[in-house]
Amino acid sequence: MLNNKMNISENKILLDIENIRKDFPILSTLVHSTPLVYLDNAATTQKPNAVLDMQNVYYKEQNANIHRGVHHLSETATFEYEKARGKIKNFINAADNKEIIFTAGTTAGINLVAHSFGKTFLKAGDEVIISAMEHHSNIVPWQMICEEQGAHLRIIPMNDDGELLLDEYKKLLTPKTKIVSVVYISNSLGTINPVKKIIELAHHNGSKVLIDGAQAVAHTKVDVRELDCDFFVFSGHKIFGPTGIGVLYGKASLLEQMKPYQGGGDMILSVTFEKTTFNDLPYKFEAGTPNIAGVIGLGAAIDYVNGIGLDAIAEYEQSLLHYGTGLLRSIKGLRLIGTAKEKAGILSFVLENAHPHDIGTILDRQGIAIRTGHHCTQPVMQRFGIPATARASISFYNTKTELDVLVRGIEKVKEIFE
Amino acid sequence: MSELNELYQQLILEHNKTPRNFIKPEQFTHDADGYNPLCGDHYHIWLKLDGETISDIGFQGSGCAISKSSASMMTSALKGASLSQAKELFEKFHSVIMTKIGDEIPEATIEELGSLGALAGVREFPARIKCASLAWHALNAALTKTEKSISTEIEKK
Ligand SMILES: Cc1ncc(COP(=O)(O)O)c(C=O)c1O
Repeated sequence: MLNNKMNISENKILLDIENIRKDFPILSTLVHSTPLVYLDNAATTQKPNAVLDMQNVYYKEQNANIHRGVHHLSETATFEYEKARGKIKNFINAADNKEIIFTAGTTAGINLVAHSFGKTFLKAGDEVIISAMEHHSNIVPWQMICEEQGAHLRIIPMNDDGELLLDEYKKLLTPKTKIVSVVYISNSLGTINPVKKIIELAHHNGSKVLIDGAQAVAHTKVDVRELDCDFFVFSGHKIFGPTGIGVLYGKASLLEQMKPYQGGGDMILSVTFEKTTFNDLPYKFEAGTPNIAGVIGLGAAIDYVNGIGLDAIAEYEQSLLHYGTGLLRSIKGLRLIGTAKEKAGILSFVLENAHPHDIGTILDRQGIAIRTGHHCTQPVMQRFGIPATARASISFYNTKTELDVLVRGIEKVKEIFE
Repeated sequence: MSELNELYQQLILEHNKTPRNFIKPEQFTHDADGYNPLCGDHYHIWLKLDGETISDIGFQGSGCAISKSSASMMTSALKGASLSQAKELFEKFHSVIMTKIGDEIPEATIEELGSLGALAGVREFPARIKCASLAWHALNAALTKTEKSISTEIEKK
């Protein structure tokens, strides 16, 4: 698998993009009679055949409920489900399978932690720190639990390039800080935050840390033990897996102390009307029949990514980012939003005379899929004094040729609006 | 691509660049926000009713070319119009932009819309219909909102 996806030349690993693209059936669709140029990978990624086939096999040959049947199919489904948990544990280098909790996605994972950690550890007057570039899903759950517990939210500010101000962060850390929750890679700016440093400083202060890895896992190698984060969340659909499935990693020692989030089947050891004993990790946090097909599909997605290799992916995407940044910078009247030194493959921009929404429509008619709007980060838009941006986001199946098409598309927008 | 030229006609681009009535009137009796949380288009609309007549109307805010030109054309068409004329125009406009792709729109209907007829092309772009109707919904909110507050005033008395 490894060899047919790579060419070794001049000691450099190059991806065989032409063959990789064949693994993703949707990439050969026509949109408005032109070949699709899919540059909305930060919203969701496309799915390779390996994932689609695996889910099909599950439903055709293995479908059963898990952890509760003695029959053959149930045992097979349970085995496949737990095997996927093991793959994810290895993928992010967690210490134990029980630290991998399946959720519906990043949003669900953050809500779980905000609620469960909040109900267990947050007291009136305590503080939670987030950053100025968080997705709404890493703002609202904390606002809700802070209000409930009488705690306060503090915000790490950023500079005009979209980089967090670590000196300001240090000042925010106090004995009241119970948890810091920050995004690894910003979905609207592309900034790669110095999360290792952020975690180190928080721990030095005695605070826990959650990392929103939604935009990270498909683009950079994640090692939760090396980072030493207390929680790490991501969504399957942003790493070539199905929608409706996600992962919460948490340190076992911490998860064990936390109250359950939802009650129901699978999360209990025994139930009487007087008293319920909760199940062990990870099941304590997995109430009800989970998204079994989603978990198995996510396992297949991770195998697929491992087959190509995240180092090669990261290197290739950086070359695309570099190329795309150069192209966009040369367009008159275009302003890039998010110019951090450490950046992932996200190109957010505004044009002098055209609103992002109009840019999106005009590009769409040329087969180019980008996202326009506030990207669920309204405070970022307010920080930069703009209502919205147009955002092209890259994955390893994109090509320089596609970025050339994007630029021609933007030129067409300018033609219309000048 | 021809639908694009149909959508972004000169008239629309021109209203986008220099919107009419893009100002808060000195006096007004009704106002409301028009906001699309999905794309961030955000306008405020004010109008002054003298009896049944819209004697002044204006808007401010930001958004795409479709929403802004639609608000500009709407305010131009409604300044001096009666409430029943406004309602009729809205219904006509709404039926045009909601006409299914491929279905014929009578030439006469487009003509009755005046400059607003330029927005007929938006029906080819289902995702953009809400942009074209945003200002109208704000207008509707302004009119119904104050009616409600008037009725509570009456109850208080
Ligand atoms: C940085 C970041 N956090 C959180 C989320 C929310 O992910 P989901 O909608 O899959 O729960 C996203 C998705 O857009 C994201 O980009």
